Amino acid sequence: MTPPLMMIKENMAIQQERDLIFCRNRVKEVAGKIGMGLVNQTKLITATSELARNMLIYGGGGIMRLEIITRGKLEGIQLTFEDKGPGIADVDKAMQDGFTTGRTLGMGLPGAKRLVNEFSIQSTPGKGTTVKILKWKNG
Amino acid sequence: MERDIIDLLRSKKDQVLTLWLQAQDSDTEASSNFNTHDELQAQSSEFVDLLFGSITEHNIQDFTSWELEALTDYVSSLTISRARQGFSPRETATYIFTLKDALLKVLSEQIESDPVKLYHASIQISKFIDNIGILSFETFITGREDIISQQSDEMAELSTPVIRVWNGILAMPIIGTLDSARTQVVMENLLQGIVDTGSSIAILDISGVPAVDSLVAQHLIKTVNATRLMGAECIISGIRPEIAQTVVHLGIDLSQMITKATLESALKYAFNTLQLEVRRVQKEKVNG
Repeated sequence: MTPPLMMIKENMAIQQERDLIFCRNRVKEVAGKIGMGLVNQTKLITATSELARNMLIYGGGGIMRLEIITRGKLEGIQLTFEDKGPGIADVDKAMQDGFTTGRTLGMGLPGAKRLVNEFSIQSTPGKGTTVKILKWKNG
Repeated sequence: MERDIIDLLRSKKDQVLTLWLQAQDSDTEASSNFNTHDELQAQSSEFVDLLFGSITEHNIQDFTSWELEALTDYVSSLTISRARQGFSPRETATYIFTLKDALLKVLSEQIESDPVKLYHASIQISKFIDNIGILSFETFITGREDIISQQSDEMAELSTPVIRVWNGILAMPIIGTLDSARTQVVMENLLQGIVDTGSSIAILDISGVPAVDSLVAQHLIKTVNATRLMGAECIISGIRPEIAQTVVHLGIDLSQMITKATLESALKYAFNTLQLEVRRVQKEKVNG
């Protein structure tokens, strides 16, 4: 039988570049625990890395919430990145490949979206940005 | 009212010190350390002097007051020196909190008759000593954090060796996360290695990099471009299947670079470029 469902719900603060390593490792650890395959694990931690770094660079740091989600027979990891930064003026534009206001490649947001199963972004200029991603174990 | 308390305690300074030293002696944890008794006594005496020298009826409620700077500096340096001598944070905290016991004991003896006053005074003294305890703890943590950041700097230096695998071929294995600071070190070492050895091919092996996100990719592209400017060719090797899939989904174009799955195939490519050939030596049959 499948082992009892793990109830993991935790918040991690991302305030400096070093925190990225901790949160990436934690996501990898939890993903490994629920039996996510190596490819999906790598995709998830890469998306985590992109979004957490975005939060750090543009949002002035924030919180990552990590949850294990079950929907029917599906099991996966949901991550919510919440910052109280300046927000994104044009979300549609930010979701385009190659668009950046910094000096990066501009692949972070659209790339992260392609790496996960579900992706939602909410941003209010002046209030902050919340990005939620979900990756199924076998998705 | 508060003024009385402090004056009262100040007049009983010697008793406080004696009680404190007694408490330290009876404390088994504290007595197991390797500080000599005299040293500890001198330290405690200095502490009590400073405490009574700087505490007033105003700043007992306001720990951030500048008048307490001498005391807080002393607590910080005390914590650091104790940490260096091998005391655990618990031992240092116990040391500070036994002072509270001594102060409260003297206080209760002096104002036995007025429980309300004793209660208020006790709370104030407790809060004050707690603040000193917190300060000591914070100092301890800050010290640790300094060590950690120092070590991570050293680690970045240590873990990026440039290896000369062949005449004209350099290899650089990267283990761990490739952040901006690390990339700088990698690039510097690699470019310097190219100059020093006169190599024309550099292999950057990323087998040990856990994930390649857009920033890592950007750093790789920069490194390759810089190597090209030096007139050398840079090959990225050690691209694992899951990394390849992730990079494609992420939408990063690495097709401008020479990439190989393994260090072995990168080396083969390098040999080819330098028109070298590795062959098994056929042993000549000795004619009898």
